[in-house]
Amino acid sequence: MDNAMLDTLTEYITTKILKQPGRALNPQEPLISGGLIDSFSLVDLALFVEDTFGVHIDDTELNASTFDTLEQLISLIEARR
Amino acid sequence: MTTLTHLLFQSYQRDPDRVAIIVQHAGQPDRPVTSRDLLEGSSRYAQAYRQAGIQPGEVVILILQHGEDLIYSFFGAVLGGQIPSIMPFLTEKLSPERYRADLAALIGITRPSAIVTYPEFESEVRAALKQGDSVRAVLNTGGMTSRFQPDLSLLPGLERSPDDIVLLQHSSGTTGLQKGVALSHRAVLNQLEAYSQSLGLNSEDVIVSWLPLYHDMGLIAGFLMPVLREIKLVLLSPFDWVRAPYRLMQAVSQYRGTLSWLPNFAYNFCAQKIRDRQLEGVDLSSWRAVINCSEPVRWESHRLFYERFQPYGLRSNALQTCYAMAENVFGVTQSDLNAQPVVEEIDSEAYLTQRVARPALDGRPALKMMSSGRAIGNTQVRVLDDKHRDVPERVVGEIALRSNCMLTGYYNRPDATQKAFTKDGWYLTGDYGYLAGGELFVSGRKKDMIIVGGKNIYPQDLESIASQVPGVHPGRVVAFGIYNEEAGTEDVVLVAEVDTEDALERQQIADAVRQAVTRNSAIALRHVYLVSPPWIIKTSSGKTARSANREKYLKEMATASP
Repeated sequence: MDNAMLDTLTEYITTKILKQPGRALNPQEPLISGGLIDSFSLVDLALFVEDTFGVHIDDTELNASTFDTLEQLISLIEARR
Repeated sequence: MTTLTHLLFQSYQRDPDRVAIIVQHAGQPDRPVTSRDLLEGSSRYAQAYRQAGIQPGEVVILILQHGEDLIYSFFGAVLGGQIPSIMPFLTEKLSPERYRADLAALIGITRPSAIVTYPEFESEVRAALKQGDSVRAVLNTGGMTSRFQPDLSLLPGLERSPDDIVLLQHSSGTTGLQKGVALSHRAVLNQLEAYSQSLGLNSEDVIVSWLPLYHDMGLIAGFLMPVLREIKLVLLSPFDWVRAPYRLMQAVSQYRGTLSWLPNFAYNFCAQKIRDRQLEGVDLSSWRAVINCSEPVRWESHRLFYERFQPYGLRSNALQTCYAMAENVFGVTQSDLNAQPVVEEIDSEAYLTQRVARPALDGRPALKMMSSGRAIGNTQVRVLDDKHRDVPERVVGEIALRSNCMLTGYYNRPDATQKAFTKDGWYLTGDYGYLAGGELFVSGRKKDMIIVGGKNIYPQDLESIASQVPGVHPGRVVAFGIYNEEAGTEDVVLVAEVDTEDALERQQIADAVRQAVTRNSAIALRHVYLVSPPWIIKTSSGKTARSANREKYLKEMATASP
């Protein structure tokens, strides 16, 4: 797993979405089904991924079955780069 | 006086091939639903209710997502004379236990005879049922006959009287689900008549809506009004819209949409989260009104929206406002669609200390207020003091209303119904506001309800969820809303007393509270603030004083920030 990517995503999610800078996020923690990221923030996350890593996540993919954890999100990004 | 059932049937007889609704689903081709589809599809449900022995006048709960089944099962109940009520569908983050508890709360008060859901969700629904409760049938969408010829004799809905209840409407959470707003055919049709008039609704109109049908704005403005008044409706899924807000703009452009309703936060959301590439070729010039309703209206949100979409043809006087509530079926006031809503600056100090909305003098600190418009034709609005006497113009008081489209009552809740009205029959809204030259400005709320993204949240529901988290003092929890300028809606803050002073343990408790609240209410908390006892302010009768606690929190945050 790409650690720089993990750090970038963790910082974005804790600062911008959870508004808890410095909070630890386990790469296996379920973000969507666990209720950490609500549906209003999913579009932000998709736009951030697109701007930062140049990878498009379609809005029909914004659900827990496409990715739920940071680990799954990173493998999705890596697979599409 | 006619009924919804008659209108539906007449509409089918007049022009069965008219496209009534275009149902959109992300990733699927648009599905045009004609008047014939509507009547045939709904008749299948009417027949299923009849075969299950569900009588006219009995309640049917619909637990379905956006789509044709929801539409047909709803109108099927109308055709069969049953009373439909749409319950929010289980989202992926809501815990099944909580959903069962919510469903049980709803069943306990509303006493429905049947529940309709998907085959794969049926076991979930059955798990919420108890021996001896009112539910006699759980019907699933897979069990409907494929083709069905409407038969007048199978439509007992045609026998209903205009004063019979036609539908129930609930807000969310345990508290909301125990207070179903019961509306008669007469009330719904009177509202549609008066509200259509204030919009100048006509056959050229095309309504585009992504709003959920379990909420009054979606159910009435974005569903029943267009279907019953034969105005074309483009119906998007709320699930799709929140993930791709640009779909609204594309739908308006594609179908030359003229009218939409949005809660205030959606103006900010669309302005902030839609990219230029998603708007290529989009033309919004057909939009004659985008009506802001169901949470406090903010001029700043209109400005953001206008600046973002003006290059795509959005007209400046398309941005409009409305004040509405399920208890009046929907609309109470509406701004004049031929002008921009009245905006004024009032003196903040006079407003805060004397509760008077006096126009601000140059250089004085001012608050920008946007009017929600004037009372619609059939509705009278007053502003009252706490003894229910009229207050003068520009003085803030509780908004009260009277109309020919009021609720019949809160279903099976004569206690709550009685409390909601003054002795002389005016409905007390629980909202504060003032009148100026006939324009209603809504300024706040008497009740503690929090409105997030247009959805009403009862703080006591969140408090009772957080009280169950280990480490939190049960009952020593308070939840309230704080306006978030950027989002255009309220954030929810929860303060809880805990014994531990250990930072790591506190972080764990805070995480657990967040998770419990999200999983049990589908609300994401902005801030969980853990404090040492005694912190929470209670009233002399032991109730949590939410506004006092909110003030205390804001004061602590102000001093804590660097």
